[in-house]
Amino acid sequence: MRKRVVLFTCAAVTLGVWGLTRHVGAHQPAEQATSTGAARATPTSIPALLKVEVPPPPFSEGVFPCTDCHDNKDLKPNRTRRVLKDAHDDIILKHDEEHRWCLDCHDADNRDRLHLASGQPVSFEESYQLCGQCHGEKYRDWRAGVHGRRSGKWNGEKTYLLCVHCHSPHQPRFKPIAPKPAPNRPMRPGAEHINAKR
Amino acid sequence: MRSDSEQKPLVVTRRKFATCAAAAATGWALTACGPRRLHEVPRERLRELVKNMEREYSEKYHKAVTVSDKEAIPGVLFGYALDISRCIGCRRCVYACVAENNQSRDPQVHWIRVLQMDKEHGVDFTHADAYYQPAQVPQEGHFYMPVSCQQCKDSPCTKVCPTGATWQEKDGIVVIDYDWCIGCRCCMAACPYGARHFNWRTPSVPDNEINPAMHYLGNRPRPKGVVEKCTFCIQRAREGRYPACVEVCPVGARKFGNLLDPDSEIRYIIEHKRVMVLKEELNTMPKFFYFYAT
Repeated sequence: MRKRVVLFTCAAVTLGVWGLTRHVGAHQPAEQATSTGAARATPTSIPALLKVEVPPPPFSEGVFPCTDCHDNKDLKPNRTRRVLKDAHDDIILKHDEEHRWCLDCHDADNRDRLHLASGQPVSFEESYQLCGQCHGEKYRDWRAGVHGRRSGKWNGEKTYLLCVHCHSPHQPRFKPIAPKPAPNRPMRPGAEHINAKR
Repeated sequence: MRSDSEQKPLVVTRRKFATCAAAAATGWALTACGPRRLHEVPRERLRELVKNMEREYSEKYHKAVTVSDKEAIPGVLFGYALDISRCIGCRRCVYACVAENNQSRDPQVHWIRVLQMDKEHGVDFTHADAYYQPAQVPQEGHFYMPVSCQQCKDSPCTKVCPTGATWQEKDGIVVIDYDWCIGCRCCMAACPYGARHFNWRTPSVPDNEINPAMHYLGNRPRPKGVVEKCTFCIQRAREGRYPACVEVCPVGARKFGNLLDPDSEIRYIIEHKRVMVLKEELNTMPKFFYFYAT
């Protein structure tokens, strides 16, 4: 009986030691992760100044520069608010159209630029300033990198898009799109016909 | 007394004991000296292993494959945030993920599942549908919730693995050693998010669709009978790049960055937006956050 107890104890101790070493080995990375996480409050690998690239604004083909037609000599600006019929009749304004029209954003004196509500001119490359006048919250989020799509590096150079790359300035609401195919339903081998039926 | 004497006593002789002990020691030595899990392998040996993988995959797919063995960047803990108020359920992320991470086309493996939910019920898995297929999304009265690996800090999946084939890296990514996975699927049972996927049959990816930029803990081809899951595109993230799903999202609902960097996008979201994690009550502490930007 005593021998039996001794044997059991030996076996238990051996197994215990073995199990412990395996256990510690398996969990080491996770524990290291927690300790390094706590120790490094301020990461050093992040560059202080991030380079941000913005692609050029998405003009419809052949419309820019606008001054090719709107040269303010042969074609004098008509500042009367109206629905356009002679040109640009493809543009349907669905963007607070009750209160605004073309020349609230486009500059009548120089058509190659826009202007803010204050009258201050803004280039098409910086049209986000114009959008930000009304959509201040979205503008702040966009600058922080939270609104809109980013590509590039999470810790370095990245590409921002202008508001107008995603939202048409004349009809900013997103159009619904077709979804990509749904996943296959799980099935048993030999039951493919069930999936085919759906 | 009499019955006791009739019982055959268990006799452990010195010889028997020595034999058992020797067998146990040999067994232990064999397991300890055999192949190691990829996180235990010394760097030089790992480099050799990775070179072997490159050779094998280059031959198999008839193109130059690179397998990275890049380690976690010090001072980085990856976090992810998804804007539920923006997601339109278009599933672009699902297929970008499949292409980037060499998921099997047939049988189909998707690391991301987009759940369509009723606005009426809120985030409720009993009213979720992953198989929606209308002509156009978003559909009236619904919102969408893509679910993939939540990269939990206290990950149930890594705790249950009997072979130690899955663990958390220093940058917080939960990874799998496909050579050590025995396919018992305990981790799939343990995961509360259904984020782990099993290769029931031999995975297949056409040669021309294989992504040759691989990482040994991520998108390298998997054999039949192992579990796989999202790794935050470890092959991209450790190079400083955004994951594939982040870059493809047409509404910019997906955000990614370093949780330890106070100036990162992800920290801005956590500090300024309404943020939640899935199944918070389980205390798995996901590093994948859902937020409402509007």
